[in-house]
Amino acid sequence: MVATPIVTLSGVTKNFGTFKALHETDFEIGEGEFVTLLGPSGCGKTTTLRLIGGFELPSSGRIEIAGQDVTKNPPYRRPVNTVFQDYALFPHMTVAENVAYGLTTGGARPDRGDLGRQVGEVLEMVGLAQAGMRRPGALSGGQRQRVAMARALIRRPRVLLLDEPLSALDVKLRETMQVELKRLHRELGITFLMVTHDQTEALALSDRIVVMQQGRICQIGSPGALYDRPETPYVADFIGAANLIEAEFKGLDGGLERLTLQGGTEITRRPGGAGSPGPFRSGQRVRIGLRPERLRPEIETNRFTGQIVETLFHGDRIRIEFTFAGNPTPAFVELGRAMADRMGTLAPGAPITLGVDPAEVMLFAEEASA
Amino acid sequence: MKSLLWWQKGMIGFVFGVLMFLYLPIVMLVLFSFNDSSVTSFPLAGFTWRWYQAVLANEQMLRALGNSLIVASAATAITLSLGTLAALALDRYDFPGKGLFQNAILLPLSLPGLVTGIAMLNFYKQIGIPQSLTAVVIGHATALLGVVVSQVMARLAKLDARQAEASADLGAGPFETFRRVTLPAIRPAILGAGLLSFTLSFDEIPVTYFLTGREITLPIYIYSTLRRGITPEINAIGALIVAASIGLIILSVGLLRDRK
Amino acid sequence: MTPARATPLAFSGLFGLPLLWVLLLLVVPYLLMIAVGFWTRQFPLFVPDFQFGNYVQLFSDPQYTTVILRTLKIAVMVTAFALALGYPLAYFLVFTVDSDKLRNLLYMLVIVPLWVSYLLRAYTWKIILGNDGALNSALIALGVIDTPLDAFLYNQTAMVITLTYIFVPFMVMPIYAVLENIPKRLIEASEDLGVGPMRTFWKVIAPLSLGGVVAGATMTFCLAFGDFVAPVLVGGPDGTMVANLLQSQFGAALNWPLGSALATLVLIMVMAILWLSARLDRAGRVAMK
Repeated sequence: MVATPIVTLSGVTKNFGTFKALHETDFEIGEGEFVTLLGPSGCGKTTTLRLIGGFELPSSGRIEIAGQDVTKNPPYRRPVNTVFQDYALFPHMTVAENVAYGLTTGGARPDRGDLGRQVGEVLEMVGLAQAGMRRPGALSGGQRQRVAMARALIRRPRVLLLDEPLSALDVKLRETMQVELKRLHRELGITFLMVTHDQTEALALSDRIVVMQQGRICQIGSPGALYDRPETPYVADFIGAANLIEAEFKGLDGGLERLTLQGGTEITRRPGGAGSPGPFRSGQRVRIGLRPERLRPEIETNRFTGQIVETLFHGDRIRIEFTFAGNPTPAFVELGRAMADRMGTLAPGAPITLGVDPAEVMLFAEEASA
Repeated sequence: MKSLLWWQKGMIGFVFGVLMFLYLPIVMLVLFSFNDSSVTSFPLAGFTWRWYQAVLANEQMLRALGNSLIVASAATAITLSLGTLAALALDRYDFPGKGLFQNAILLPLSLPGLVTGIAMLNFYKQIGIPQSLTAVVIGHATALLGVVVSQVMARLAKLDARQAEASADLGAGPFETFRRVTLPAIRPAILGAGLLSFTLSFDEIPVTYFLTGREITLPIYIYSTLRRGITPEINAIGALIVAASIGLIILSVGLLRDRK
Repeated sequence: MTPARATPLAFSGLFGLPLLWVLLLLVVPYLLMIAVGFWTRQFPLFVPDFQFGNYVQLFSDPQYTTVILRTLKIAVMVTAFALALGYPLAYFLVFTVDSDKLRNLLYMLVIVPLWVSYLLRAYTWKIILGNDGALNSALIALGVIDTPLDAFLYNQTAMVITLTYIFVPFMVMPIYAVLENIPKRLIEASEDLGVGPMRTFWKVIAPLSLGGVVAGATMTFCLAFGDFVAPVLVGGPDGTMVANLLQSQFGAALNWPLGSALATLVLIMVMAILWLSARLDRAGRVAMK
């Protein structure tokens, strides 16, 4: 599946008592990739990370890292290092001592000068060259995060594990650190495995994203692939946003699939687009997904006419919630300011008409669970 | 200072009264230790050092003091070692009988010391430990386990579990992680528990009463002297112990505060 | 720490020694003591047996029943007085004192006497309350009385005063801790809803502080019940408490089985109280939810 796998999970499960945190899981991470495990809390992403790091033992299955079976190995015998969510810096040591720790464990006695040089180098790499003598308590959140990274990187792990590394930072800082992370990944050339619940972060940083839900992998793919071709409604709504509407599959007619939405609106879809692979039967209950940015007033096909419920100002865009043709749940669309300004009155109660290209309609077979 | 309601002003008087109640006896003790009279009554008879001189010349008492220091040190060392081990195990593992164990070690602290002393005397005699300072050390160390375990466990519970994981992640085995990460973090609790254990052991009477042989500790010496009648020397010893206690408190507060 | 990677070897390495020590040197002695309570005394030896004679004696012989009841009475009184003095003190420290520094200083002042020898603190009342003690001589010097009153010392009043004195700091500690933890927002919310300080106290503060009160009262009661210093130093002929009985049974009276039975009785009583207070504590917590 992957060119040169560096981490392989085969049939790995994890139970906590009777709670199945992770169902049978198989996947590979390629050397040098930036892979993100993405999902809401409880989906099993952190469990997976901790299994790879060695902080939990799998209930079954095998884990290989760099060609070695490490399933039973404790953390100190795996060629991976972890950046913890709350950084877990040692409060009674200075920054330099924290960073140097990894090179002094297991009886290692490096030469003082050598050690100092390596610590200096890695601190320089994360932009904290002057902070060596300070203590973690005196640092800001962003600085602590960098110390945690330096501490993990000094051992030159084959894989760097990051457990929600940016979740404790405020928005502006998070954006800066995202750029830093990407830069580090490129410069170091090692494999990064990150866990996050923030999909924009995942989209921005990853080579591949593993979307998880309730202990299972839903879909793995590059950010583009996941965004353009989600395979389930869950993924469609988790990566980016989507209007998910119940519908009934009518049939194939003149090269286009025909669907009737709840409430009666009829739309067409070009087959082979994003969603479930099919085939679909006439009368089958399905769900369609429409990305808000694909609904445009100037598109002539698949017209929706509805009534605006609410408008929300988002700076460069306007988000409009509207109801249409017997659909109780409002759908929403996001329009650029320029476009919005050309549309006349946009206020609650006003009418609105939008269309969508048949190629942009996502079609999902109704899932067994909600 | 915000303006106080009438009943709050009344409370100030009350609180002042209670504090007086708490300190007056101690003040009396110190006062009469310098009083040139063998009776503890007013009016005061004049300043004298002779009771203190008598104390310093009292061989028996000094010997008892020495014994107390030895016993307290030994008992504290033992109970800290055992207690820390136990606390680590209790914090880390779940096992059948865990609750029972925790309640068992708290028993000596809640029961009248006499009960514990009796139980220990009964048994130690059976297994051949004679009444002696050794028996006292063993008895104290056992009785004080609850103090150490509860203090250290409380501190362990507040520890960030991730730090130990980080240490393992960075290549340290369990012993190394304990030595370099866990131990420094629980040091304040160990120091505090050690100080408390030392003080409790030093001052202990009921358990000691039953386990002691020919060599006695300071509180037992004072107690037996008191049963025979008051001598003014007791006031002097008392004042010295008060001074030492207060010194110890200041020391421990200073020590523990700096750690933060 | 996740109780995860537990190997039997690591566990027994860590816990083996303490467990062995506790079992052998703590649990077995208590169990043995309970067992001896069933033995018979056949002068000059004690014979292993299983009979309830000792317990019967404890409950029927007025010599013993009066002592037990008296000890209960005194312990209850001491607990009540210590609470009456200690609770307002703790309340004042937490709610009336504004400055943190002052509050910490005052708290330390209250706690410091705890660290001074128990024996000494009881002894000080002996020198205060005696015929030629500080109190009598001060009253004479002030002209309030002519001859020393011997009503101060060597009676139960003296014991109650002494023990209350010793245990007030014991009471203050847990109550202070609990009161300190009451979020100020709760009190502000109560006042915001128009409830005056008196009712706020009864409806909000008092119930929340119950845990600390129970803890302090339990500790004070158990320790006061088992005290033997006060009767010896400041108690009179009618001041014998359970602890003195224990002393004599293992001393001059040389009746180990009877002494063990009495000690077992005390053990059961204390454990019952601890269990009760733990239940009260849990009930209180449920009520808070």
